[in-house]
Amino acid sequence: MHKLLMDSPGEKMLLLGNEAIARGAIEAGMAFATTYPGTPSSASSEISANFFTMASESPLYFEYSTNEKVALEVAAAAANSGLRTMCVMKHVGVNVAADALMTLAYVGVTGGLVILTADDPYMFSSQNEQDNRYYGKLSGLPIVEPVFVDEARQMMGYAFDLSEKLGEPVLFRTTTRLNHSTGPVTFGAIRKPVTKGEFKKDPFSKVTVPAVSRKLHVRLVENIERAERLSCESPYNTITGDGPWGIVANGVSVNYVADAVSDLSITDRVRVLRVGFSHPMPESLILKFLDGCEKVLIVEEGEPFMEEAIRAIAQSAGITVSIQGKAKNLFSRLFEYDPGLVRAKIAAYFCVPYDAPVKIDLSDIPQIPQRPPNLCAGCSHRAVFYEVNQATAGMETIKPTDIGCYTLGFLPPLSSGDFLICMGSSVGTSSGFSQACDQKVISFIGDSTFFHSGIPGLINAVFNNHDFTLVILDNQTTAMTGHQPHPGVDMMAMNHEGYGRVSIESVVRGIGVPHVSVIKPYNVKKSIAAIREAVAHKGVSVVIARQECVLLAKSLKKLKGKPFYVSDKCKNHKNCINDLACPAFYLDGGRVKIDPNQCTGCSVCTQICPEHAILPVKGK
Amino acid sequence: MDVTRLIIVAVGGQGNLLASKVLGEASLCSGIPVRMSEIHGMAQRGGVVESALVFGDAESTIISDGEADILLGFEPAETLRALKRCNPKTVVITNTAPLPPFTVAIGKGIYPEIETICKLLRERTASLIDIDAAALAKEAGNVLAVNMVLLGALTATGILPVTPESIESAIEKITRSAFIETNIKAFEMGRKVAG
Repeated sequence: MHKLLMDSPGEKMLLLGNEAIARGAIEAGMAFATTYPGTPSSASSEISANFFTMASESPLYFEYSTNEKVALEVAAAAANSGLRTMCVMKHVGVNVAADALMTLAYVGVTGGLVILTADDPYMFSSQNEQDNRYYGKLSGLPIVEPVFVDEARQMMGYAFDLSEKLGEPVLFRTTTRLNHSTGPVTFGAIRKPVTKGEFKKDPFSKVTVPAVSRKLHVRLVENIERAERLSCESPYNTITGDGPWGIVANGVSVNYVADAVSDLSITDRVRVLRVGFSHPMPESLILKFLDGCEKVLIVEEGEPFMEEAIRAIAQSAGITVSIQGKAKNLFSRLFEYDPGLVRAKIAAYFCVPYDAPVKIDLSDIPQIPQRPPNLCAGCSHRAVFYEVNQATAGMETIKPTDIGCYTLGFLPPLSSGDFLICMGSSVGTSSGFSQACDQKVISFIGDSTFFHSGIPGLINAVFNNHDFTLVILDNQTTAMTGHQPHPGVDMMAMNHEGYGRVSIESVVRGIGVPHVSVIKPYNVKKSIAAIREAVAHKGVSVVIARQECVLLAKSLKKLKGKPFYVSDKCKNHKNCINDLACPAFYLDGGRVKIDPNQCTGCSVCTQICPEHAILPVKGK
Repeated sequence: MDVTRLIIVAVGGQGNLLASKVLGEASLCSGIPVRMSEIHGMAQRGGVVESALVFGDAESTIISDGEADILLGFEPAETLRALKRCNPKTVVITNTAPLPPFTVAIGKGIYPEIETICKLLRERTASLIDIDAAALAKEAGNVLAVNMVLLGALTATGILPVTPESIESAIEKITRSAFIETNIKAFEMGRKVAG
């Protein structure tokens, strides 16, 4: 049995934040869950991966949806049929789901709906560090934010109850640090999930024509007032201590504040307001907190969300005490905080004597070579980038790219990526660049990203007759986030029954793309010829590069290729290392060698060697 | 309970997260408060994996620069890169078997001499335990047991509040059954060499 499904209240174990959240949802009787993968809310051993496995041994329904908007729509219907439902996404995923979110806030839910948004301060694995607490403000929906791992479990039940009490979705906001922290968790009881829903028709409350929405917006605004009262009473919004120095914190910063107050021995001087229910902010509780404060410091990663709210509350109550947070000498809007930083800022703001830890002199440390992430040895994306570079040699090009492992192709020597803003943007921006500039536009998108949001851009390009080549890197999985399936994956081959399958080629042809070709990227010569032809086509052309992810093939024990070695025919042109840069190569006394433990036998390098000096290892 | 802060740095695939899990499990079973944090975004693509483990009465799950009591490095250049996490009182344990990054392999960077790395680590911190964990793991019969050798060396310092016995039972509980014997052997060898 999956460890998170065990009905063993009181059991204590160490869990990752993501596992604790998944457990909390099970304890809360969640029956239905949807997601689109995105680190930090995905990846192996994390929330959605746990749901995927648990769904096969419990009544839970779980799906990987094509994108976050679809995931939220699917979840909205389940929650409007009375089922306790969860929808999991990373912070930027909420941007994709925002259209559904904003009006779902009007329509509301009958069964609890918890939308998990995993924010990523410092951008460990994201393209921006937007602060999704503002989605609470924008949509009018409540936000809860856990502080530590076991609290994430407990808070899940609270969030479901809150959602049902208010009849609207609740945003459950985490940050990478919480998702990827491990701490002790004590299991609670599992509430039996209601797995069959019933949708009660009520078109005058559920069909958002203007006349209905005017009524619904009134209700939403009233609900914000109700939610504010609940925020004041919430066990997650608490004041500890009664000293004259006020500190307000949320999320993981609460831990850093607790440690700093203890390290600085100022427990009797401070009072701490920890905000775990952060939208709406608890107005009367904040007024109670401010009463008697000499000065106030707000500790929150990201934007000054609480700071703005607390300043506004103080201003309307005529309180003039100094309230500071984001400021030049205090906290930044940028990146993650850490315990030492928070300790130093608290000491400085409240003028507490403090000796910072002694730093080690690092000025004469030799330069340590960087260890950047790299496309794997034998990755077919590398072959495609090389082939495109060969096919377009001497041409002026612009190469928009997209989000996935292949984004790493932007680094030299492959240098295949010039522009990237969001999922699916390779296609739309290709249209814009090809119209605005003279260079030839060749863009890259992965299979999962194509299904996620590449298709509308391609339809647009065909309709408006744009001129570019889109290369779809079809490695038959969502590789970057940990090999989750997508609609193009053969689920039967992975021993998962009951799924359909969508062919990328049929979609592309169905859209009416005038020039479509399919290549096997490990066949270099044929691939270059096909790419050349596609690039020469005036109008939209699509090249589908089909090759299973080598990392996935390795884990499924499907790799059959023999490793290669560099024979003494080598004349040291180094085209292999300079143009392909596969990590299986290394230099030994200035000569290229191949690490047989890394080489997957893709044979791409042997095809580009001018001396045909790279040969398969015999007898292996 | 006093707070002990441990940072483990490794290259993706070296088994850092399993080592952290073993320490976490041993602490949980011994009733020692423990909190951990890990960053492993692109580890499978050859990047660095860092874990922070905080033992004792603290709430934070991460460790600021200069505040590690112990630094455990699975790869010598990565240990040196993590020197900013240490202070003059930090105890450092490093594997001396290098895994040069790809940038070095293709001639785009120079890997520092192991002696230089060890000299710097020794000079700037309280003490250094440098062992060839790869060779010991091989000797123990499992080349992948570098993490267990280093756990053994870590235990030998006596700084951590967990006992060797509790770590051994955690190894037995959570590592794959086929590897338990060689893992325990590797752990014992690490203890002996560093002790």
